[in-house]
Amino acid sequence: MNVVTNNKWIGQRTIRPDGMDKVTGRAQFAADTNMPGMIWGKVLRSPHAHARIKSINTAKAEALPGVKAVVTARDIVDFTIEKGAVMLGIQDMRWMCRNVMAREKALFPGHPVAAVAATSEAIAAEACKLIEVDYEVLPFVIEIEDAIKPDAPILHEFNKFEGKPSNIAGRLEHKKGDIAEGFKKADIVIERTFTTRPVHQGYIEPHACLISVTPDGKTTIWSSSQGQFMVRAMTSLLTGIPQSDIRAIPAEIGGGFGGKTIVYLEPLATILAKKSGRPVKMVMTREEVMRATGPTSGSKSTVKIGATRDGKIVAAHGTFYLQAGALPGSPIRGAAGCSFTPYDIPNLLSEGYDVCSNRSKVAAYRAPGAPIGAYAVECVLDEVAEALKMDPLDFRLKNAAREGVKAAHGPTFPRIGYIETLEAARQSDHYKAPLGKLPGKLQGRGVASGFWFNAGGESSAQVNITEDGNVVVTTGHPDIGGSRAGIANICAELLGIDYRRVSVIIGDTQTIGFSNLTGGSRVLFASSIVVTQSTEQIIKTLRERAAKIWEIDPEAVKWEDGAAHPVSPNAGQFPPLTLKDLAEKAPAMGGPIGAGVQLNTQGADGGFGTHICDVEVDVDLGIARVIRYTAVQDVGRAIHPGYVEGQLQGGVAQGIGWALNEEYIYTKEGKVDNPGFLDYRMPVCSDLPMIDCIMVEVPNPKHPQGVKGVGEVPLVPVMAAVANAIYNALGKRFYSLPMSPPKVLEVIDTPAPRQAAE
Amino acid sequence: MAKVHVTTTINGEPSEFLCEPNDTMLDALRGPLGLTGSKEGCASGDCGACSITVDDNLVCSCLMLAVESEGHQLRTIEGMAQGDKLHPLQQKFLEMAALQCGICTSGMLVASDALLKRNPKPSEEEVRFWLAGNLCRCTGYDKIVRAVMDTAAEMRAQ
Amino acid sequence: MTELRYLAPNSLDEAIKAFVAAGSAGRILAGGTDLLVQMRAGVVKPGLIVDIKKISEMTTIEETADGGFRVGAAVSGMALHDHPRFGKVWPGVLEAVNLIGSKQVQGRASAGGNLCNGSPAGDSVPAMVAAGAIVTIQGPDGRRELPVEQVPAGPGRTNLKPGEIVVSFALPPRPKGSSDAYLRMIPRTEMDIAVVGLGVSLTLKDGVCTAARVGLGAVAPTVLLVESAARALIGSKLDDAALNAAAAACSAACRPIDDKRGTIAYRTKVAGVLLKRTTAIAAKRAEGN
Repeated sequence: MNVVTNNKWIGQRTIRPDGMDKVTGRAQFAADTNMPGMIWGKVLRSPHAHARIKSINTAKAEALPGVKAVVTARDIVDFTIEKGAVMLGIQDMRWMCRNVMAREKALFPGHPVAAVAATSEAIAAEACKLIEVDYEVLPFVIEIEDAIKPDAPILHEFNKFEGKPSNIAGRLEHKKGDIAEGFKKADIVIERTFTTRPVHQGYIEPHACLISVTPDGKTTIWSSSQGQFMVRAMTSLLTGIPQSDIRAIPAEIGGGFGGKTIVYLEPLATILAKKSGRPVKMVMTREEVMRATGPTSGSKSTVKIGATRDGKIVAAHGTFYLQAGALPGSPIRGAAGCSFTPYDIPNLLSEGYDVCSNRSKVAAYRAPGAPIGAYAVECVLDEVAEALKMDPLDFRLKNAAREGVKAAHGPTFPRIGYIETLEAARQSDHYKAPLGKLPGKLQGRGVASGFWFNAGGESSAQVNITEDGNVVVTTGHPDIGGSRAGIANICAELLGIDYRRVSVIIGDTQTIGFSNLTGGSRVLFASSIVVTQSTEQIIKTLRERAAKIWEIDPEAVKWEDGAAHPVSPNAGQFPPLTLKDLAEKAPAMGGPIGAGVQLNTQGADGGFGTHICDVEVDVDLGIARVIRYTAVQDVGRAIHPGYVEGQLQGGVAQGIGWALNEEYIYTKEGKVDNPGFLDYRMPVCSDLPMIDCIMVEVPNPKHPQGVKGVGEVPLVPVMAAVANAIYNALGKRFYSLPMSPPKVLEVIDTPAPRQAAE
Repeated sequence: MAKVHVTTTINGEPSEFLCEPNDTMLDALRGPLGLTGSKEGCASGDCGACSITVDDNLVCSCLMLAVESEGHQLRTIEGMAQGDKLHPLQQKFLEMAALQCGICTSGMLVASDALLKRNPKPSEEEVRFWLAGNLCRCTGYDKIVRAVMDTAAEMRAQ
Repeated sequence: MTELRYLAPNSLDEAIKAFVAAGSAGRILAGGTDLLVQMRAGVVKPGLIVDIKKISEMTTIEETADGGFRVGAAVSGMALHDHPRFGKVWPGVLEAVNLIGSKQVQGRASAGGNLCNGSPAGDSVPAMVAAGAIVTIQGPDGRRELPVEQVPAGPGRTNLKPGEIVVSFALPPRPKGSSDAYLRMIPRTEMDIAVVGLGVSLTLKDGVCTAARVGLGAVAPTVLLVESAARALIGSKLDDAALNAAAAACSAACRPIDDKRGTIAYRTKVAGVLLKRTTAIAAKRAEGN
């Protein structure tokens, strides 16, 4: 497929369609919505990390004046363990029904056990305190090492691993060649073990919804999510209301990063609304978000890499244990599947273990699992390169995956842009610049690469020409990072009109066809395919209409610069018919002009990035700061460069937080000790430098505009790049995150670590 | 609990509302006053999404009781544009892609405006430290800082 | 649910009367940046809130005849920052007050609130302790004065008697060659609670330190006045030996805990590092005065 490069709107930094509402405070997020007669829902949460629920008595709460409805697990559809998995996408409804409301057991502090709707938030909160829950408190386990011990408290007695009840809920492996043989050929082998702590996506908008259920069961949901169709399907499954009766309206979403790809409040609010006959609004507090929504996994990874003296990797073995939280489903696929993928390694074994423990169930977080795996792999690569006395970028170049290489997780690579990112990094001003020197401070530089699968999947679009000759595009994916701006650019480009004439909106579940989640870096990739095909159908219609008016063959009409023209003077001499002209004539010429396309899109190629990080370490206080950062990524085609850069910069900032300060801290009782922005330390503005972006464009040949997903790759390499930079500054390696000041100072003050190369 | 009657001025317009004595200003803005442009991200003064000014002082409206607004001059994001004319910061945020999801944008703009009123020529460091109380999880702050500095330069040139 | 009343009296007498009457249900509201968070979290449920910001004595910065300052307990950090002279005379106190929270918090939070919140990690307190601030307190039995370091009693507790309100901080006039500084260690660059905070106030004459006070925060149940560190500095030219001795004295004074913000070992070491750095800044400033 040819990629047009001489574009008017594609590649331009146009103003996003939703921008004006957002800079004036008009944009409607889920918590901004109200309805007449609305009441408030609140959740009663378990104080215990692990407890059997013997009984729940809601009588006193129900008797409190102002209380309109109470919900417990009995009101929610049970997906029993015995009947086996019921999958919705990657989510097993057996776990989802137990995550939204504890059933047999409360599995983490914050696990919902009941919910109340009342005429005010304060009354609802008061009523929650009146609910009597009889708990049988059980021993709990939080950390992976403890959870996989033979005598560990077992969360799910039904779960067996190697024939015995276990907290290991799953294992997967990707294999290539024979690692035993491979390691025999190695001149140098380095094996290291790494740990990371759970970290939260950290979206600023807490989960919120407003739900109305009319007496005939017609349900309207306004909520903040990464997929209105996911909200509809899960709510339907958990309440028994058919999907045709649930209209899920996507509010503007105040950040998700994967964390809003499952429901928490919607099924509860729906049942409360149904029982009370009143619209119910529920908004989480920040503390609830931190305690009870999914952070990503804490992890323990062991990575062993062997290379020959000339710098060729001959074998690698990775073992990645990821914390799933209370219910199975940690992102081992991302950790085991992505971490070694940038490299052509003949003998590879990459294993992932899914480990349950008594903390909130994980939710997706930007390239789920991949940053955890890449942290371990890219740090070991740095050590191997050093042992071989090779530049770390040269070492990666020597082993880089390229077209024709078969990845261990299955696919054989098409034309990919990984090598281009390495070369661009090597050529960058940043990589050539010397490091600075200040008294009491040490500077260092590190590099790392990363891969994410990217995704296609189901998308729907409807493109309509308005009666006055402008355009409305409706798609089905919540826009988090600026996808509407990208769609406007593409549609305007194809139609040859000013982008400001294209309105892009996100439809609700009953007005646009099924569209899968905003996730997997799939939205612009998939939605631009269906928008392109819809727009092409419209252009065909427009040409046919002009042909009809001119009484010539449609093949003799071309569409250019927003108007129909005869292809050549031979076809006839007619003044052009603009979109406006044809819209005006539409009623007489066959009716309204519009087209919709629904597809399960294919051809999303994986994405690669290479990052360069400079740090400065205050050696007396142990504080590491990132002082310069460059993210290089193969972005396929930057439809709106401003928002592509925004994805890179945002991902890097999250990774710096993960590397340096973010972590879940637990009390002895197993409760999160830092459930707020004060002590869950995400980067603030003064913590970061400008984040430079180098966008390498190797167009995706399977996409009409060459688009590749860009949103997730930028988080993958960051922690390793920071860790390698700190090593370069201090000459000491770190094997656990975060590299927070007390830990850094401890390492500075202790003799060199004992882990040495074999 | 008896509600309290409060008379104040919001975005230059006289306003009255009823509130509980323990309601925050943010509760009042988003509730009875219907000004939902100020957002609640934390309710503890750590995210800045609820930033407003009170007598030109930048504050978190979640850390102020609604009853305290009696007799004061409040400004919120809804009062930033003059009619259909955007404030230069609003325009620059749009042009420079300085917003993604938009949940922090109101607070960022109100805080940036307060900065430029005090310091028309801030350095990058001054912008970064002034905005340290406004969390953004989407942008990595790069484009926000650039937009504030560019706006300042443009406003100085005028 | 408890009834809550809000009062914003114009006089201190009125405020104290109401505060006394409310007993343990009363809470003083200055900037509210701690109180409102505690109320929202359900940690405190006041029956009466006395807003003291309409009492002029509590919101005024007064330069006294002798060249000292009297700072109202409810003066916000931003107001103190905007005072034309205060920051020139007490740069360390100002930088400490201006480290309490974000710019938004600065618009409201006060040194009085920071002190009465009783946190050992309050940023303004070590600087006030180093400065030798005297706190004026008024209660049902009249006025009294206390050195600032005697106000905190432990985490979240003060030595104020029932019905007493902190009215103002008196900062003494500065002899020639004097200045102060405050530094804190936090993991980020902003928005954190101090892991260690340290204020130094000193006077130099011909390069010799003739007076010094050191306030140390977040390493014990209350902010400490570290007299042993001051003694190590006084009489020296702030040479390495004196600084090492003072740093060691600060580390020795630490009685910290391991918590989500720092470890015992880390805090103990950092206290010494900060002593050296803060002293260097204060000395440099003093040389120019």
